[in-house]
Amino acid sequence: MWENLRKRTFRGGIHVKDYKEQTESQPIEILNPGEKVVIPLHQHFGVPAEPLVKKGDEVKVGQKIGEGKAQFSAHVHSSVSGRVKAVDYYNHLSGQFVLSVIIENDGEYTPFKENEEVRDPFSLSPQQIIEKVKEAGIVGMGGAAFPTAIKLNPPPDKPIDTIIINGCECEPFLNADNRLMIEYPEDILKGAQLIKIATGAKRIIIGIEDNKPDAIKIMEAHSKSFPFTEVIPLKTKYPQGAEKNLIFALLRRKVPAGGLPFDVGVVVQNVATAKAIWEAVSRNKPLCERVVTVTGPGILNPKNILVKIGTLAQELIDFCGGLKEDTKMIVMGGPMMGVAQWSLDVPVIKATSGIIALTSIPPDEEQPCIRCGRCSEHCPMGLVPTQLMRLTKFGKLMEADEWGILNCVECGCCEFVCPANIPLVHWIRTGKSKVSLLKKQK
Amino acid sequence: MNKKEEKIFTIQSSPHLKEKESIPRIMYTVVISLLPAIGASIYFFRFRAVAILITSIISCLFTEGIILLIRKKPINSLWDGSALITGILLALTLPPSLRLDLVFIGGVIAIGIGKQAFGGLGYNIFNPALVGRAFLQTAFPVAMTTWTPTIFQKIDISTFATPLGNLKFNQAIVKGTLTPLKELFWGNIGGCIGETSAIALLIGGMILLWRRCIDWRIPTGILSTLFLFTGIFWLTNPDKYASPVFHLLAGGVLLGAIFMATDMVTSPITPLGNWIYAIGIGLFIGIIRLFGGLPEGVMFSILFMNAFVPLLNQFTRPRYFGEMKK
Repeated sequence: MWENLRKRTFRGGIHVKDYKEQTESQPIEILNPGEKVVIPLHQHFGVPAEPLVKKGDEVKVGQKIGEGKAQFSAHVHSSVSGRVKAVDYYNHLSGQFVLSVIIENDGEYTPFKENEEVRDPFSLSPQQIIEKVKEAGIVGMGGAAFPTAIKLNPPPDKPIDTIIINGCECEPFLNADNRLMIEYPEDILKGAQLIKIATGAKRIIIGIEDNKPDAIKIMEAHSKSFPFTEVIPLKTKYPQGAEKNLIFALLRRKVPAGGLPFDVGVVVQNVATAKAIWEAVSRNKPLCERVVTVTGPGILNPKNILVKIGTLAQELIDFCGGLKEDTKMIVMGGPMMGVAQWSLDVPVIKATSGIIALTSIPPDEEQPCIRCGRCSEHCPMGLVPTQLMRLTKFGKLMEADEWGILNCVECGCCEFVCPANIPLVHWIRTGKSKVSLLKKQK
Repeated sequence: MNKKEEKIFTIQSSPHLKEKESIPRIMYTVVISLLPAIGASIYFFRFRAVAILITSIISCLFTEGIILLIRKKPINSLWDGSALITGILLALTLPPSLRLDLVFIGGVIAIGIGKQAFGGLGYNIFNPALVGRAFLQTAFPVAMTTWTPTIFQKIDISTFATPLGNLKFNQAIVKGTLTPLKELFWGNIGGCIGETSAIALLIGGMILLWRRCIDWRIPTGILSTLFLFTGIFWLTNPDKYASPVFHLLAGGVLLGAIFMATDMVTSPITPLGNWIYAIGIGLFIGIIRLFGGLPEGVMFSILFMNAFVPLLNQFTRPRYFGEMKK
């Protein structure tokens, strides 16, 4: 009853116009890539995968073309069939050039292995599930791209009791997760069951922001047939989908600073990841496609598209009728945390949830900080961004560490509200990398 | 290959959305919230209030403009509203009879020394308007403590005093001539042109709280500390000390607590820092009023606590999310 009076949420954060109406009722459409597909070997948090193919090799759909050898890494698979044109550095959404497998698509989509249905996926052991997830190269599809197999395998001294399926999609503009929940609720819920089995958890909570009433209704209806599974609507507030804030909103548990959800007995997985886990475990299907929302004021016909990993952004935009004349910026991901692109010659990767064309750029005329304290008031991590900016600027890295700079999740709330247009996130990012480096040297 | 002409897009660090909020917007909200107090000052002091306000504003904008030119800073920041606020606030803290050349000097000091000498907007330690006023108070003490009644008061000018001056120097409680609370509330009393009407200042404070332009902790902390402090003494000896409500409504407390101490630049950024800062101001006002040589202590209390702000920020870091107790 209390939930109705006071929707669950966290302290801080911002209310942003969600701009979701353009694509929220657009069914997922399928787009096959053109002649060239570019599959970066670095699509995840951690060490890049190592190439398993070379120029001239024939590859098929689902064939492993990059092997994640390190502990923090993930395998990469081909999303098309055809011939490897080159293994070379290619423009990547990070703005760097990353070693990628460039494939000439033959348009046949010949599968590498025939579809092998697993008879009873729910009877698999945790180890078998984790092994299949690892083999499928699954990473967190919400944006951070953390290798999922690691997340499913907590240290033995950290028992897991709750699985949270993150259906918040708190970034404005995006509807990829929303549409998945509306169109594939069964797959997501089955994936959640597999995560529960793999981690030994007791219950599943699906957290969805209350600006997605259709998704809440459908997920609620379907979750009835699964045991210990409930849907909890959350207040629409950015960044509701940030892992630590989501755990706090749903369970009132605080992940200790520097810690992981394991530490409070929780594993959080995005809805798209849950679906990918179901497909990997039940059909041995590696992660080589995903849903991308292509939208924004600069796109003629905004859509939600199921695309192969490695499809170039230009093709997605062409599929949506192209760009309007006044487009100034292209963002991959959401507008709050996504990365601005200088070119459309950049492939979709596992964590690309959206491509957004913006027609206006935030003002860059920076003014001095007047210490209004709004950045601190809205910080979901309880930090004081202006102080972190100042400490970084003056090179006081030890102090910046004391003020908790490493806890910043770069959600961008501080900069969103800053009346002086100070690039706070940029400064804090700089400070974070300097502080981590300093700590490593010690 | 797609042979479309390659368009290069703008790149910048995230986030790519921004609230429509700016420093001028905040500053002009403060100006709007000052309108009731400005209106009250003109209502009670007529031409004198208008003359002081205009002189002070011109002086502040003029000084700001000259210094921006000398420092080769963009001149359009003259219109960000911050110098205008300093001008208004300085004017509101001046007695109605003050000579206009002194008002002008006050404005020059406020902006020149109080603000620009520290590096301009965002870098000053002390509230600029109060720096200007402190200079006038020390350089021209007689002119700064000569009071004239409002146009509605029929009182002999030669013996006229502010409610607080009356309390301190004329044994008002014993004689039973303490200014009634109703007068203090509406503002038909002697004093600085902007401080007399409590209701006008409270309306302004509501606007600021509603638009989230001030931290609620500062006025709350100052007023409740002063209330408790003066209340304790009033309870022990009501024949010697005035009531806490009198102390809240008389003098510059409301003007100071709502508009001066809350200046974003010169107040702490941390919640705990703001509490300490506000309680400190309230305490000093009480001490000066009850035991000091001056009838009023708002200005010095705020300036004094302004000096502690960098230290307070340093030592009152809020606990961040998930931080463990050491």
